Amino acid sequence: MDLLSLKALNAERRQRRAAILLTELTSGTDRIIREEDAVAGELGEAVRKAFRTGISSVVAADGIGYFLTVALPKPRLVVIGAVHISQALAPLARVAGFDMEIIDPRTGFATAERFPDVPLHADWPETVLRGRSLDGYTAVAALTHDPKIDDHPLKAALDAGCFYVGALGSRKTHAARVERLRAAGATDTQIARIHAPIGIDIGAVSPQEIAVAIIAQIVQALRSRGLDAVAGRAA
Amino acid sequence: MGETSAASEPLDPLFMAEDWLANGRKVAVATVIETWGSAPRPVGSHLVIDADGNFHGSVSGGCVEGAVVTEALDVLADGKPRLLEFGVADETAWRVGLSCGGRIKVYVEMVA
Repeated sequence: MDLLSLKALNAERRQRRAAILLTELTSGTDRIIREEDAVAGELGEAVRKAFRTGISSVVAADGIGYFLTVALPKPRLVVIGAVHISQALAPLARVAGFDMEIIDPRTGFATAERFPDVPLHADWPETVLRGRSLDGYTAVAALTHDPKIDDHPLKAALDAGCFYVGALGSRKTHAARVERLRAAGATDTQIARIHAPIGIDIGAVSPQEIAVAIIAQIVQALRSRGLDAVAGRAA
Repeated sequence: MGETSAASEPLDPLFMAEDWLANGRKVAVATVIETWGSAPRPVGSHLVIDADGNFHGSVSGGCVEGAVVTEALDVLADGKPRLLEFGVADETAWRVGLSCGGRIKVYVEMVA
């Protein structure tokens, strides 16, 4: 393994960026592939699949044997709103492998008693998100129904290329939200990326069922990331 | 390797390898590249080894690490990568095989 490859791979991992260490098994030579790098042919297909699944594997491409060491950042879920659905979402997120945190300026909602195992930020999203960067391996779910709380993080999530952006609310609520986000400078492509009404359609009624629908939609978004997500981030 | 978080950094073999190299140690990296049956560690798992035989990480549940470390010392001596295979079908399995019945292929290379 080339020392520079090792350093480059670790640097990408520390920055929460996806990377693949591509090792040619016969010669032992290797190089780093980043998500935005164009790779042609059979190898390119294997590389794109590896970035989607995160699974390391041996690949034979164009008569050459390679090993792909795939390093994807651990996916995060930032929930706006310390509400009932968020309480149900917390254990589901943990089981599904997401690091979840909650932002809600309403101190009555964001209490450790209601959320014993979740990092809580009882402050405005614009304040909390200023110090930390949203990224392509972060999902944002806005669940307060309150434009004063939800709108800013939604726009920030779209600008950061978060792999999932979802917002609770009826179609009517969402139509009004779209107008506000447009006024704030969101493009049509960005607005089309918002999942609203939130969650896959399983006829969910209770907060717990809505949480199941949301986590399923987030997993779907994570595992169908592809060229679209990369293009969205570049835009 | 799959998904990583910065929180697990001190325990991560590839971060450890970089630290060791920065301290002037020679380092080999062993990687599980293929598995069959009930292999204890998934493809992409790493074990890093220095020239004194210190190691960190795992490529099995402890069943074959000793043999991998021995091979890694040879890799560090001549700089040539090696492809190792362990499993019940292997004659060496009786000595250093996988009691779980699985089979694994491990690629060992020097970082240089």
